[in-house]
Amino acid sequence: MAVVLLLPIGVLAVEAFRSTDPTTFEERWSTDSLTAITEGAYGRAYVGSLQLSAVSAVLGAALGLAFAVAVLGAKRGRLLRRLVLTASGVLANFGGVPLAFTFIATIGSSGVVTALLTDLGLGLGGFSLYSMTGLALVYLYFLIPLMVLTITPALEALRPQWREASDNLGASGWQYWRHVGGPILLPPVLGATMLLFASSFAAYATAKALVGSTLPLVTLQIADALSSNVVVGSENIGTALALGMVVVVGLVMAFYAWVQRRTQRWLT
Amino acid sequence: MTALAEGVAGAGSVAPPTPVRAGRRRGGAWRITVLVVVGLYFLIPLAAPIWFTVRDRGAGAFTGRYYAQIPGAAGFAEAFGRSLALGLLTVVLVLALMVPTIVLVELRLPRLRTAVELLTLAPLVVPPIALVVGVRSVLSWAPDHFYGTPVGDAMFALQEPALPWILVLVYVVLALPFVYRALDAGVRNAGLATLTEAARNLGASWPRVLLTVVLPVLRTSVLNASFLTLALVLGEYTVAAILGFQTFPTWIVQVGGSQPQLSVAVSVLSLVVTWALLLLISALDRRRRNEETS
Repeated sequence: MAVVLLLPIGVLAVEAFRSTDPTTFEERWSTDSLTAITEGAYGRAYVGSLQLSAVSAVLGAALGLAFAVAVLGAKRGRLLRRLVLTASGVLANFGGVPLAFTFIATIGSSGVVTALLTDLGLGLGGFSLYSMTGLALVYLYFLIPLMVLTITPALEALRPQWREASDNLGASGWQYWRHVGGPILLPPVLGATMLLFASSFAAYATAKALVGSTLPLVTLQIADALSSNVVVGSENIGTALALGMVVVVGLVMAFYAWVQRRTQRWLT
Repeated sequence: MTALAEGVAGAGSVAPPTPVRAGRRRGGAWRITVLVVVGLYFLIPLAAPIWFTVRDRGAGAFTGRYYAQIPGAAGFAEAFGRSLALGLLTVVLVLALMVPTIVLVELRLPRLRTAVELLTLAPLVVPPIALVVGVRSVLSWAPDHFYGTPVGDAMFALQEPALPWILVLVYVVLALPFVYRALDAGVRNAGLATLTEAARNLGASWPRVLLTVVLPVLRTSVLNASFLTLALVLGEYTVAAILGFQTFPTWIVQVGGSQPQLSVAVSVLSLVVTWALLLLISALDRRRRNEETS
């Protein structure tokens, strides 16, 4: 199995440094493909993907954290807790094509909610599902559950004694989170955000089913470069773009691993 | 598929319930707001597609015809059948690969644990779309460099459109992290060392130990891993689309252009199936945990 995994990545790393000469059609070694992907439409695609992933990861982390805290703190919340955790496990794995279609049916151009809002005379207020904002909204659907799943163990590891101690010393709820809970939770929250970032950065199926290839996203550009017969050497551009993605995700995951190790010092 | 290791349902990532802080004082308002807002965000996109597919817009009545159309829709049976076959093959292959590996590492070669763990979790770092670009480059060698040789023939055979084995291989790689986590959780709690020693002392051969001792002990984790893999393959779009094979998800996208109701109806159905699988996993998981604690 190592062959199936390592061979393609090795090839990726090699092919990205080759390019096809536009006049002679000879393949040669160069960094042309790698410079090409930092410029123009490809550069914009990286910026677009990074922005989308950053925004959706931060939003997903914030909402997921708030939701997890709310659920864990709820009174008589055992049933709610179990329900939410099970549902999160299911939804976090729910990406891809069906997700795109459920949202099209909801707030797409002929969606149920769209029709409802239009009938009420409200409209969507300029919101379009087929835009970056729309995509972020859809991505949150699997990012929030992923956040809930990842952060719940950390929240549960916060010892009640710490809260009691801070209460007994006369600290307010805000002071507790500012000086005790917050600093302890910061590493796991950061780590989970990295995970969300990588997850949304790598997403392809949802974006493809939703917007075709109209938005500047790396994954869409890769698919475009591969299927294009027009531009000479676009195959090499595709591999260079893919290599760039591996590098970005690799860096993010390395940071995640480092944060994880720091986390384990406090919460075990 | 997007979910990373931490998010795997039922793969032992959720800690067992511990008593939560009791007796909160104030601050109930924001909590309820958060619960309601997020709850609505998750429930509306579940309800809307169902409404979208059962309402007949012309007559203003309810209809089940979009669901009735599914089995007869052009290409459905073929695409779904292929996805199912790919899923089953992937499950068999990934289990045949990982069960002996994990058992071996646990019993005989604990030093290799870190290496195996790294290798199986590596696919998480490579986005599927990047992996498939590499796979495509490798496959393009067949006509260029290996034409007429056995290697070339083998590579062409892998890409048979009726049953593309190359997809099975890629899916095995994509499933590795999930399968590893699920199996590892099972092995750690099973006390395999004692059980296998007992079996060996009683004269059982290694294959017999694997089949009649190890597998039954690990059955919940094996089931768990199988369902996860099956769900993954049934929903996988990226790899199949880029390599140009027709599977269930690529069929949905193709149909979506012309028959929106039909594609949404199929999406809803495929969701129900996937969720049933994943809920089954978490039910199994809970039962296992109860068995262990009791």
